[in-house]
Amino acid sequence: MRKRQLDFNFILGIVLISFVLLLVLVGLFYTPYDPNAMDITSKNLPPSLNHLFGTDYMGRDILSRVMEGAKTTFFIGIATVAIGAVVGTLVGAVTGYYGGILDEVLMRINDGVASFPSILLALVMVSILGTGKYNIILALGIIFIPSFARVVRSEFIAQKQLDYVRNAKLMGAGDLRIMFVHILPNTKSIILSAVTVGFNNAVLAEAGMSYLSLGVQPPDASLGRMLSEAQTYLFNAPWFALAPGFIIVITVLGFSLINERGIKNGK
Amino acid sequence: MRFYVKKIITLVLTLLLVSLLTFVAFQVIPGDGALSKLGMDATEEQVEALRESLGLNDSMVVRFTRFLGGAVKGDFGNSSQYSVSVTSLVKERLPVTIWLAGLSIVIIIVVSIPLGILCSRKQNGMVDRLITLLTQTCMAVPSFFLGILITLVFGVMLKWFIPGKYVGPSQDFGQFIHYIIFPAVAVSVPKIAMMVKFLRNSVIRELQLDYVRTAKSKGNKERRILYKHVLKNALMPVITFMGMVIADVLAGSIVIEQVFNLPGMGRLLVVAISNRDFNVVQAVVLYIAAVVIIINFIVDLLYQKVDPRVKIS
Repeated sequence: MRKRQLDFNFILGIVLISFVLLLVLVGLFYTPYDPNAMDITSKNLPPSLNHLFGTDYMGRDILSRVMEGAKTTFFIGIATVAIGAVVGTLVGAVTGYYGGILDEVLMRINDGVASFPSILLALVMVSILGTGKYNIILALGIIFIPSFARVVRSEFIAQKQLDYVRNAKLMGAGDLRIMFVHILPNTKSIILSAVTVGFNNAVLAEAGMSYLSLGVQPPDASLGRMLSEAQTYLFNAPWFALAPGFIIVITVLGFSLINERGIKNGK
Repeated sequence: MRFYVKKIITLVLTLLLVSLLTFVAFQVIPGDGALSKLGMDATEEQVEALRESLGLNDSMVVRFTRFLGGAVKGDFGNSSQYSVSVTSLVKERLPVTIWLAGLSIVIIIVVSIPLGILCSRKQNGMVDRLITLLTQTCMAVPSFFLGILITLVFGVMLKWFIPGKYVGPSQDFGQFIHYIIFPAVAVSVPKIAMMVKFLRNSVIRELQLDYVRTAKSKGNKERRILYKHVLKNALMPVITFMGMVIADVLAGSIVIEQVFNLPGMGRLLVVAISNRDFNVVQAVVLYIAAVVIIINFIVDLLYQKVDPRVKIS
């Protein structure tokens, strides 16, 4: 009985993510309308069969724009997590495995960076690098490195004392081989969980920064930017705000529900 | 005593490191402060004269010492956008953010602690599943979207407040609180969900320990065990967690101030970044960072007070 109950939230997560993924994948090849095509004759239309999510103040189809925006969101999320995960895993593996002065110094820097709220760091980075899709990826990617490094490091410290590592050492395996062939596969579930959390944080951070118009710049569509435009039209066209907002909620909720079960199974 | 000395030294070092980072970060920005102030038409001599008078020709070390000296006295130079001192801008905006963050923290504590305890008593079945789903959902909503939803429901539909309106605390304090409570709720809800989840796990973990069984076998009532014994221990990790939440609340108000049109530090920061008004950006970042660091310091001390074992390790 207990098992089936746990499954419900997990299945809901899968359903939500499939829905968003469908939007993104279909959006790669096809959108119902041109997301940037303006049509003065159909401004601020409520959702209908012609425009499933309605149209915005310029007569653009909101569904098409949401598909386009979700694409940007996923692209940024995946790219930032890739930077954070690869560099963070490397740093965490080396510091965790070798320890010593380097470990001490890097972890202090890590602590310093982690004590900042991430949106504040991201804003500082953006005011230095400038706005735009690629700068956001770079900024968020760098900011996420410490969280990955910390998780991987503590796992490496725990694993390196286990018998199988000593065994491998006795067999004459080199440090690099032990780190990446023997230990790394055993940290898979932890890294995977960190990736999901990181992806969610990236989505939320990107949306927040684009909402402040310090993130993705036009002509790139962005869910956060749509929300800030929609706010002006809350009186006339509330659906304009609801569509992009709920896509963000669905994405983040879906991943965290899936991750929740991963954590429970891992224990 | 050694514990406190060590803590204070770490605090000072962290503050120094953060101010160095903030300083260096804004030195590497391409572009010349003097050139951007005078415009492209300025002659070589004019630019050079201004650079000299702004102290841009000095070495990095000299400039950092000057920056630090100014920062300690609360002097961050002038805003290039408004041509008033940065300090006066900050002084004007700081109360709004402090009220917003303070109110949010009060809401978070008042709501999440009873709720977390209540939820910990239902560990299985439907309710458990529902709580997980609900907390997960609340955490998935970005606070600015929640702010927009609140504006839509309470502002546009129910007309409890006028969207975009703001009343200063000195004009009418009651109205000020009335207008600040909605953004505070928007900031709090995701954090309440986090706290409830955290507290609930903490209580449940505590309930599985041996001393609870001993207390039970001695004939104590469940309620008494929970409130007399378990709660005290379960709330301990919450103190540390609270430090994190406060930092998050401050960061969250950066975005929320934009949604509700509040003239706080967050708005100041965002506008300054768009205008490349770096003196202001530097000051605001340093202020927020310093507050976060000092709060973490206080949390550490508090934690040591309630759990003296920390001192040893």
